[in-house]
Amino acid sequence: MKRATRRIEADLAVIGTGMAGFAASVFARGRGLEVAQVGHSGAIAYTTGYLDLLGAIEGVAWDDPWAALAELRRDAPEHPLARVPDDDVRAAFGAFIEALGGMGLGYTAPGARNLRALLPYGGRKPTLSVPLTMLPGIEAADAKAPALILDFDGLQGFSAREFAINSAEHWPGLRPLRLAFPGMEARQVFPEVMARALETRAGQEALAALIRPHLGEARYVGLPAILGMQAPDRVRAAMEDLIGATLFEIPTMPPAVPGIRLRELFERGLPAMGVRLEPQLKASRIELGAGRARVLLHGPMEDIEIEAEAVLLATGRFLSGGLGSDRERVFETLLGLPVAQPGSREAWHSAAYFGPRGHAINRLGVAVDGRFHPLGEDGAVVNDKLHAAGALLAGQDWVRERSGAGVAIASAWAAVRAIADRLRG
Amino acid sequence: MSAPRGYETDVLVIGAGATGSGVMRDLALRGIHCILIDRRDLNAGASGGNHGLLHSGARYAATDTETAAECRRESELLKRLAPECIDDCGGIFVAVEGDDPGFAARFPEACAAAGIPCEALTPEEARAREPALGASVVAAYAVPDATIDPFRLVLENVGHARGLNQSLYLPHIEVEGFEVAQGTISATLCRDTRSGEAVRIAARQVVNAAGAWAQRIARLAGCDDVHLVYSKGTLIISNTRIGSGVINRLRPPGDGDILVPGGTVSILGTSSVTVSDPGDAHPTHAEVDRILTEGAAMLPVLRETRFVRAFCGVRPLLTASGAEADGRKASRGFALYDHRGEGISNFATVTGGKLTTFRLMAEKTADLVARRLGNTAPCRTASEPLPSGAALRWTEPGAAARDWFARADATDTVLCECEMVARSAVDEILAEAPGAEDRMSLRAISLRSRIGKGACQGGFCAMRVTSYLYDRGVYDSPDGLAQMRDFIEARFKGVRPVLWGAQLPQAELAEALHIGLAGLDMAGQDEEP
Repeated sequence: MKRATRRIEADLAVIGTGMAGFAASVFARGRGLEVAQVGHSGAIAYTTGYLDLLGAIEGVAWDDPWAALAELRRDAPEHPLARVPDDDVRAAFGAFIEALGGMGLGYTAPGARNLRALLPYGGRKPTLSVPLTMLPGIEAADAKAPALILDFDGLQGFSAREFAINSAEHWPGLRPLRLAFPGMEARQVFPEVMARALETRAGQEALAALIRPHLGEARYVGLPAILGMQAPDRVRAAMEDLIGATLFEIPTMPPAVPGIRLRELFERGLPAMGVRLEPQLKASRIELGAGRARVLLHGPMEDIEIEAEAVLLATGRFLSGGLGSDRERVFETLLGLPVAQPGSREAWHSAAYFGPRGHAINRLGVAVDGRFHPLGEDGAVVNDKLHAAGALLAGQDWVRERSGAGVAIASAWAAVRAIADRLRG
Repeated sequence: MSAPRGYETDVLVIGAGATGSGVMRDLALRGIHCILIDRRDLNAGASGGNHGLLHSGARYAATDTETAAECRRESELLKRLAPECIDDCGGIFVAVEGDDPGFAARFPEACAAAGIPCEALTPEEARAREPALGASVVAAYAVPDATIDPFRLVLENVGHARGLNQSLYLPHIEVEGFEVAQGTISATLCRDTRSGEAVRIAARQVVNAAGAWAQRIARLAGCDDVHLVYSKGTLIISNTRIGSGVINRLRPPGDGDILVPGGTVSILGTSSVTVSDPGDAHPTHAEVDRILTEGAAMLPVLRETRFVRAFCGVRPLLTASGAEADGRKASRGFALYDHRGEGISNFATVTGGKLTTFRLMAEKTADLVARRLGNTAPCRTASEPLPSGAALRWTEPGAAARDWFARADATDTVLCECEMVARSAVDEILAEAPGAEDRMSLRAISLRSRIGKGACQGGFCAMRVTSYLYDRGVYDSPDGLAQMRDFIEARFKGVRPVLWGAQLPQAELAEALHIGLAGLDMAGQDEEP
């Protein structure tokens, strides 16, 4: 049987379904562009849910992300964040968080300082914006307020006792409590399943009834991130009414609810905004050439061919498949874009895993100009139609810098603006 | 200063590898009480840094008939007495195009001289047995090679000795010196490397089974008769099992000439590099690339294989002059020194040798020590089976998964998904495994199980097991997080040289977890704003 080919026309083809790709689609629709987006990666499910801008440089935490950005522009002008002015970074985060709110997921408005968000093992992390379900934990920690910390029988990788012990120095008065999740007793439990159970009134009432007798002096109750999947702010409000205390979520090991929420939110919300989204398909080839760009995909039932005026590459790094490697070199997988090599494989990683300078391989990637056009070996723009954004970009170490969302959102913003400017001539 | 923690025993054994734990068990079987100590923990040296091959002897047949025959006898014995530690998978030797045909032609005769069964195979028969072999096979022979789990073996040695007469195992105790009076060691002065506490052990006899560190320990007692050369051997572990049996290259020993299965994985080895310090050995990228290139000549599939880890051991090799001049030569492979020529009457050193002959080394050493103690009980390790124990079975790749599926207990959460190690396995290790009477840690549990050894290399399971240890009250301070950080940092030495291809995304995810989610890189920086 001959396979059918479906053709899609768009102004912009976004390749990648991570934070950068989703942000780019949001921004492009905001500028009135027709958008088709494809990708196959579930890596967004690995996020904590926090939107970092820039929290650390070479192992030192920064309270003021804007001062950190200024430092970056002085010391690392090739860094993707250093290429985007503060006003644009603010506008990008503002537009992104507004879009998330519009789709039903509340985030705090970016401020002048980083928040010190809670981590599952008791540390704090500098970040720009957190889900509203996680904000009261920061307030409670800063106020050293008495709190009950919950975990659940059969839940992996989150221990209320561990959280309490490792927080005790700065936040005494935490009381760990283990509960059996209603209806899931005597078995392994998963955050995603618990979150869906809490979307029903019966689920909320059953858990609240278990928590209430233990409240004591605690005004806050912290629990792993399980307060519903689709409308966590509503679930939290309902649970708070039932319990009579303020609730907050703590991120957990992946695959965790905050990341799944974001993925499901975009998969629902973007098509509603008019984005033609193929979230399970990997682009197999991109043809730039003269005229419009073509992106080719092989689906299970049909082939898809996207014709677009511009292509944004937001394919991520090794985990998402944007970068690949063999024993000798690191390469970009879709177009073979040049990746500057730091020498032999021995130079990829430092001997010290946790060293503040990190590993050279984390800074490898696709080099771009100020409009986020990938550059060829000769330093010239590869193609006017091609842009790149997100973790794929060279010159950043998003994990150590606590800059993942910042790099994704700011570079997507700048690339989409350059695309919109060009298409409008 | 407070008085040191003190112990008394008949025999102090220094070094908890195969030989030291074998000496402990041998002596316990003769009714002699022992304390076994190690500056780190079980199998911290060469006993844990090898491919787990139980030699048929064929490897040595062409060059050293005596050692070959010794390996044959010992491996036949261990297959009978410790079957739960052994996979009697068989082995083959193959020559490929370009290898010396003369060496291959002499092989059957050399095996016959050492009494090793050796069956000629056609290249087609060899490929039928081992489909991973390439088209370039020109000669092949089947021999009775097998594999042995050195971790389980040592756990069983120690567990048996403990059960026989309450002989004691103390990890993390480092020897700092000896009290010597009138040609006798009256006490061994040690330090607990974790608490910093001084430890004094009074023993009637002291056995130095410190492997590559034996020369250093002998010097501390004033004995200058032990002379060692240190040979670093690097190996790499694949994500899946590649061969059904041991696959050897039929040529004089060289890099990348052996692939040994270990449960669900395979281990490719080995390089050999002389180093000056046994304590500072790490696998390097160059060694990994060399053994991979050589191995691929015999097994082309290795070019596409995913490797999860490299590791190395430092073999203590005897220099001829030292062994001949001062030591009493027990065999070509190992040496037992009674140190009489050095003026100490209750001290013995055993070193050199190989995993396959550990029992024989222990027997010769225990014979000397028992004689000195006036104990006339005969050695029983050549006839007494190693008793197994429930807490000792978690080091074999695949064992935890089989157990978990067989029990199908929904409440028994799996902590390590790569290797399917469940909470119940950790509970059992905490309760009963040798060393459990001591303070346990993530690292100690990893040594006694497969945790941290699967595809994620500790990316996920280090965090899950740490949380569980907090739940169990094993950890009760921020030190548990520091232990997790140290564990991950130490594992990285073996992870780093094999990061390419399919293993690199795994490492990237692990870094996002360890740093992004756990903040381990900036732990301790969380000051008040």
